[in-house]
Amino acid sequence: MASDGGAYSYSLTVFSPSGKLVQIEHALAAVAQGTTSLGIKATNGIVIATEKKSSSLLIDSSMLDKVAIICPNIGIVYSGMGPDFRVLVAKARKSAQAYWKIYGEYPPTKVLTREIATVMQEATQSGGVRPFGVSLLVAGWDITRGPTLYQVDPSGSFWAWKASAIGKNMVNAKTFLEKRYNDDISLEDAIHTALLTLKEGFEGQMTEKTIEIGVVTVPTPAELEASQVGAATGRPTPTFRILSEEEVRDYLAL
Amino acid sequence: MSIMELNGGSVIAMVGKDCVAIASDLRLGNQALSISSNFQKIFPVTDRIYIGLPGLASDVATLRERFRLRVNMYTIKEERELEPETFAHLVSSTLYEKRFSPYFVEPVVAGLSKLPTSTPESPKFKPFICGTDLIGCLNFAKDFIVCGTASEKLFGVAEGLWEPDLEPEDLFETISQTLLNAVDRDAFSGWGAVVHVLTPDKVITRTLRGRMD
Repeated sequence: MASDGGAYSYSLTVFSPSGKLVQIEHALAAVAQGTTSLGIKATNGIVIATEKKSSSLLIDSSMLDKVAIICPNIGIVYSGMGPDFRVLVAKARKSAQAYWKIYGEYPPTKVLTREIATVMQEATQSGGVRPFGVSLLVAGWDITRGPTLYQVDPSGSFWAWKASAIGKNMVNAKTFLEKRYNDDISLEDAIHTALLTLKEGFEGQMTEKTIEIGVVTVPTPAELEASQVGAATGRPTPTFRILSEEEVRDYLAL
Repeated sequence: MSIMELNGGSVIAMVGKDCVAIASDLRLGNQALSISSNFQKIFPVTDRIYIGLPGLASDVATLRERFRLRVNMYTIKEERELEPETFAHLVSSTLYEKRFSPYFVEPVVAGLSKLPTSTPESPKFKPFICGTDLIGCLNFAKDFIVCGTASEKLFGVAEGLWEPDLEPEDLFETISQTLLNAVDRDAFSGWGAVVHVLTPDKVITRTLRGRMD
């Protein structure tokens, strides 16, 4: 039956007569229930931030990681279902390493984003699977395009943003960002704007335990030239990092 | 009789001041019998990258097409120009894919790589050369790379003639003399040569007549 590809082994994502894929819209609803995440592109970097919410006081929130490093130049954050995110992170990391094996360097943000988006698209067209219940914000730096921020949705579509928000309160957060954003915002200002935006819809206390921040920094041309050591042995200096609890606390205090 | 020496042929690449040169002989043979005196072993990859493929002629043709495919796919997918360092790794991984039944070719890559401080208004380039063995072990050199049936002779002459920071015309003279004199001492290479000198604004290509016997 199912094993021989019988009548029921169709994709669960089937067009409705009106031309919609209802499963994808349900996936977006799952994302909209997830905690708010946002990203802001600044002149000299990018910040991605998210709210960390635990269902119980007893959960050790230091074990909860919502911002993930994919490769030294790219990090992502999600809103939606945690387990789905974990699977995507594993696939993205593997893809970045496979790219490194071929070209001796890590993928540009756009290439990696497209790779993740392809995985998410496949889940809308394959049999026996459901779409991923997450939206992602991919932030990275590469030599061709500099710092770039992408959003990937369960449908597999992706866009580049100057600033965006996903998850619960995304509509309010986006309106807030539209008011606050300007083209020559600095990274420091962007981090503060990110925290202010999160504060808008925040339930409970904003502390270093309930906020997670990742930043992309842009290396200067001089730094780049200095780091060009023997191509095969040189390890790239990371341009993406997750802020420590101490650093987050300092930003919250200001 | 090694399969690497079946068709004969040699390639050499040299670094100059803001320029690189890559040159090869033009012989195609069947052991000691010469078949052609116009067999190209060096191919352009981009405007700023050339690859030389000395070794088994059939694999030269196959690899040339394989690299063309992979470079085209790269430029279309990534919407950017390929840098020589990246191409060298691509060559290496393509060869290592066939680790246990290798292509009998030892590629030489020569190119100009764009510096991070380079801007569209004032482009800045750094000369890049590298060689690999037939399974893709990369060899980055600061001076010159030799490959092919005359590699031992090329090594000796290049050691004697090469000096740092040669201008394009001097580099052309050095690489030409090195190649012509080395292949005269090798029965499987020779019958004329072709030299490409890559500079930031142009590529100089010249065909040379050597001892045609």
